[in-house]
Amino acid sequence: MGVQEQYPFDVEAIRDDFPILERLVGGDPTSPGEDEGDDVDLVYLDNAATSHTPDPVVDAISDYYRSYNSNVHRGIHQLSQEASVAYEEAHDVVADFIGANGREEVIFTKNTTEAMNLVAYAWGLAELGPGDNVVLTQMEHHASLVTWQQIGKKTGAEVRFIEVTDDGRLDMADAEAKIDGDTEMVSAVHVSNTLGTVNPIRELAELVHDHDGLIFADAAQSVPNRPVDVADLDADFLAFSGHKMCGPTGIGALYGRRELLESMGPYLYGGEMIRKVTFEESTWEDLPWKFEAGTPSIAQGIGLAAAIEYLEDVGMERIEEHESLLAEYAYDRLTDLGGVEIYGPPGDERGGLVAFNVDGVHAHDLSSVLNDYGVAIRAGDHCTQPLHDELGVAASVRASFYLYNTVEEVDALVDAVREARDLFA
Amino acid sequence: MGTGSDMYRQQILDHYKNPRNYGELEDPDFTHVGENPSCGDTIKVDIALADDGETIETVAFTGDGCAISMASASMLSERLRGMTVDELDALDTDDVTEMLGVDISPMRIKCAVLGRQVAQDGAKIHRGELDPDADRTRTED
Repeated sequence: MGVQEQYPFDVEAIRDDFPILERLVGGDPTSPGEDEGDDVDLVYLDNAATSHTPDPVVDAISDYYRSYNSNVHRGIHQLSQEASVAYEEAHDVVADFIGANGREEVIFTKNTTEAMNLVAYAWGLAELGPGDNVVLTQMEHHASLVTWQQIGKKTGAEVRFIEVTDDGRLDMADAEAKIDGDTEMVSAVHVSNTLGTVNPIRELAELVHDHDGLIFADAAQSVPNRPVDVADLDADFLAFSGHKMCGPTGIGALYGRRELLESMGPYLYGGEMIRKVTFEESTWEDLPWKFEAGTPSIAQGIGLAAAIEYLEDVGMERIEEHESLLAEYAYDRLTDLGGVEIYGPPGDERGGLVAFNVDGVHAHDLSSVLNDYGVAIRAGDHCTQPLHDELGVAASVRASFYLYNTVEEVDALVDAVREARDLFA
Repeated sequence: MGTGSDMYRQQILDHYKNPRNYGELEDPDFTHVGENPSCGDTIKVDIALADDGETIETVAFTGDGCAISMASASMLSERLRGMTVDELDALDTDDVTEMLGVDISPMRIKCAVLGRQVAQDGAKIHRGELDPDADRTRTED
């Protein structure tokens, strides 16, 4: 006992909002929604991939479809007005949540990846050229890595990578060397989805701003689980996904400094983003709608706002505290087990995830055995193939925690890892 | 329990820990390599044919990967001896799972069939039916 007493909030009460956590697994996975053969408790530790959705968020989405489903921004009728108000106000909720100066600085996208592509195309294609460079980190998610790599090929800009130290931290001396007068953009992951490292975005921002460049923070793994403020980070752009923070899939947000967004041309053309169209010319709608072409993900945007309200009710500081508690506990218990290699910095310095390998057991075999014990974790390269190459492994397994996870679930993970290790010994 | 523990019955573990025909042939009639990049599974298969040019005489493989892919390649290396190339070509996914003798969960089928695919593609390249540069062997999406 002991660790549970340190919970910063009533975890059992939180779990009551997530009926999916009560389900059993073990049956035939090719028949979704049927429970025949399901006989072990689900231990869901794949939250860095996607989180579950609490009842209040499901209700908000359901309420939209049941009561005021309609297209936004075009109808004079009441339903359309209600949908427009809810969808627009969802931008305000996001803006408040991350410290943006109003809805004009918040663009709804499909996810973090789309937000990254929006900036890479709308800003990068216009601004980058031979002689310029874009600086990434070796721990970038493919969302950022592949996007800037390909924009670099299109524009002739060089793409550089800040190295990772042996203990999984960003090498800031290397950052100082690589960020120079030709650096137009630094695109850095805030919390690494593989190493759990919390990167010093503000320090990177200072470095690149000294050279009149910009910084894009990939906050997909930080906004869901800790207080994030774009002004504190001094970020020019920042992006995250709704489905990793108790919201639905199909919605994410891009923050951009207003004057930057105003200076950028559109990314996608079409309806909703125009003001005046003739056969020859078009003019663009004001921010943020200039960047939201076509019918947007209305229910999902409303769901994202409901998710933020849910998380804020619990408190972002307390969610961070809870995740850190579980991550440190998992780090210590897995280390004690022996034969387990954990990637990234020590347990008290990481976000709420632990990626590791077990001696002599391939990550996919480990994942299959853990699945048998109901433990859902991610196995593979976690969309960081080059980082795995640096680590010298093809794949790893990753347990990632969220506000509804418990110490008992970490114990179930550790027990299952021990079983797998013994099976292959 | 689901299919996970069932997948790792004694036979699979035995072939994984003590792979048969592991190594390289000095003078193979054909050699082929396949890889599932997202798993990191890599398998190289060497095959030597009898004088008739049709019957598989010796098989060797090397590789790196999960227990399912390695055990499957090991068991296949025993199974292929004496088969004709046409018989190799006819092996389907069911033949592989039958050979393994366990239920393979849907997400792991790609691991189980990699060795077979490498052998089949190697034979096709040998017969000139597959362009070795254009077509890389993989069994994942």
